[in-house]
Amino acid sequence: MIEQLVQRLYTLSATWDIPPLVVQLLLMVVVAVIIILFVSVSVMFLVWWERKISAHIQARFGPMRVGGWHGWAQSIADGIKLILKEDIVPQAADRIIFALAPMVVFATALTLYIIIPFGPGLIVKDLNIGVLFYISLSSLTVVGIVMAGWSSGNKYSALGALRSAAQVVSYEVPLVVSVLPVIMLAGSLRMTDIIAAQEKIWFIVPQVVAFLTFFTAALAETNRLPFDIPEAESELVAGFHVEYSGIRFAMFFMAEYANMFTVSAIAVTCFLGGWRGPALVPFLPEKFWAVFWFLTKTYFLIFVMIWLRWTLARLRVDQLMNLGWKVLLPIAFLNLGVTGVVMVLLG
Amino acid sequence: MVPLHSYLILGGILFAIGMFGALTRRHAIGILMSIELMFNAANLSFVAFSRYLPESALRGQVFAIFVITVAAAEAAVGLAIVLGLYRNFKTVNVDEINLMKW
Amino acid sequence: MTASEISFFILAVLSVAAALVVVFGKNIVHAALALVLTFCSVAGIYVLLDAEFLAAVQILLYVGGITILILFAIMLTSRISGGGVRILNEQVGVSLVVVGGLLLLIVSVLWNASFAGSAPPPVQTTPYIGRLLITTYLLPFEVASILLLAALIGALILARKEKE
Repeated sequence: MIEQLVQRLYTLSATWDIPPLVVQLLLMVVVAVIIILFVSVSVMFLVWWERKISAHIQARFGPMRVGGWHGWAQSIADGIKLILKEDIVPQAADRIIFALAPMVVFATALTLYIIIPFGPGLIVKDLNIGVLFYISLSSLTVVGIVMAGWSSGNKYSALGALRSAAQVVSYEVPLVVSVLPVIMLAGSLRMTDIIAAQEKIWFIVPQVVAFLTFFTAALAETNRLPFDIPEAESELVAGFHVEYSGIRFAMFFMAEYANMFTVSAIAVTCFLGGWRGPALVPFLPEKFWAVFWFLTKTYFLIFVMIWLRWTLARLRVDQLMNLGWKVLLPIAFLNLGVTGVVMVLLG
Repeated sequence: MVPLHSYLILGGILFAIGMFGALTRRHAIGILMSIELMFNAANLSFVAFSRYLPESALRGQVFAIFVITVAAAEAAVGLAIVLGLYRNFKTVNVDEINLMKW
Repeated sequence: MTASEISFFILAVLSVAAALVVVFGKNIVHAALALVLTFCSVAGIYVLLDAEFLAAVQILLYVGGITILILFAIMLTSRISGGGVRILNEQVGVSLVVVGGLLLLIVSVLWNASFAGSAPPPVQTTPYIGRLLITTYLLPFEVASILLLAALIGALILARKEKE
């Protein structure tokens, strides 16, 4: 349906003598607006969800007042507050880089939504290099974090940036190595091919080890607890974004939650069968169930991430390095080798 | 379609800029970064050739992958040397490090 | 002008401008961040050349690996306030002559060169590159892995504190 609409637009522009470039740009803008809307709404929902879940884990209620039923409008109110706040730039800051850093982080988070397959045909661009696109672009986030930490001119920020750099460089390797068995099984980097290869069995069954290492490394890549040493409220105040306030802080905040969604969506695509799932009520269209199952699985993984945050304590820096290099990486390599041998033996 | 020559000339310009930096920067890490620029310029030409020349069959891209590998190794060792320099001389400006000169 | 020509022009200007900042930037951190921009625009040019695998590898290794290492080293070695010092040494004149000559040579050679026509790219480059790496180029591949191992050990030994 969407393809037909786009095709109609192209033929229409040809009859009106509009160059196809204009149509392409127009489509890009439309897609970008849709992504931004989706991210904002889903982030607001996620923040509210995280506060409610954490409250219930600690036997509290969390936000209850704004908007009536269980404080559902709390995030909207918070968002309005952040937008209206005064924009503060510290005196010691490097102004240009200070302003650019949240944009880099946020733009990267948005770009990653290009390859998320929400359902059959519901993917912005089904790139040849699919998973590799995610892995390579997600490393841009840390550039933004280092920019933020360095440009703030604050020792806590700089420490947070240093920690973040060390953490991401160490955990990128196990992340890549734990996706490799999936790529070997699917024989392709393309997201739709990976989902198609899971028709008989979800990859989490033969690759449960890879799933666990991937999820752990992905938690570290998104700076979520127990791997949030770059922010570490209790020792670094808030790490790389101490000096940020108002809308700039909101961009970091939204990017963090947007990244949680992306990581979970990639994990769902690679290990949990993507949009596959039974149609519970027969008369609804197939596409509806695809999106329904995809979002359900993704939000379940996000729930697990929030759950972990309020269950585990933060790691020390040396423990973090040990876990990455001495535990995750050997396990991921071993799993990769075993997968290769089994694939050769079974033909 | 952009002609092959534009890619090669862009590669040449980047290579020249990188070489100028490698020859003149005082900061040791600045020199390393300029060398990375030169690697990139060479890679750009390799990839352009592998796209435009019929008999190359992606050899240029494979070579570029090897160049990137070597660049990664070079950066790791180079930065380790810079850290060693800083520890021993308390400076990273290469023209102040003249212990072996007379 | 087609879309690919416009994109090439933008990316080329970006990469050259960022490369100039890398070389002439007063602040070494600005130079490193400009290096990120150069790497990203070169990756964009790889995409224009139908080498999307290489573009992803470029961002993964150069931006995610090498530049992060460089920024890490900068933060470990320099006091954060680093302004007002000379950034270029006294060889600027000689270097300008050498580099200008080199650039002139490259451009004049390219100006007169003509290459055989263009080939249609293979539809899927990634599996093809993978196959090339473990068949035709198996020996360089293994040598590269030994090189990486040697670099790993070498960097460890160089960066470790010596025992007093």
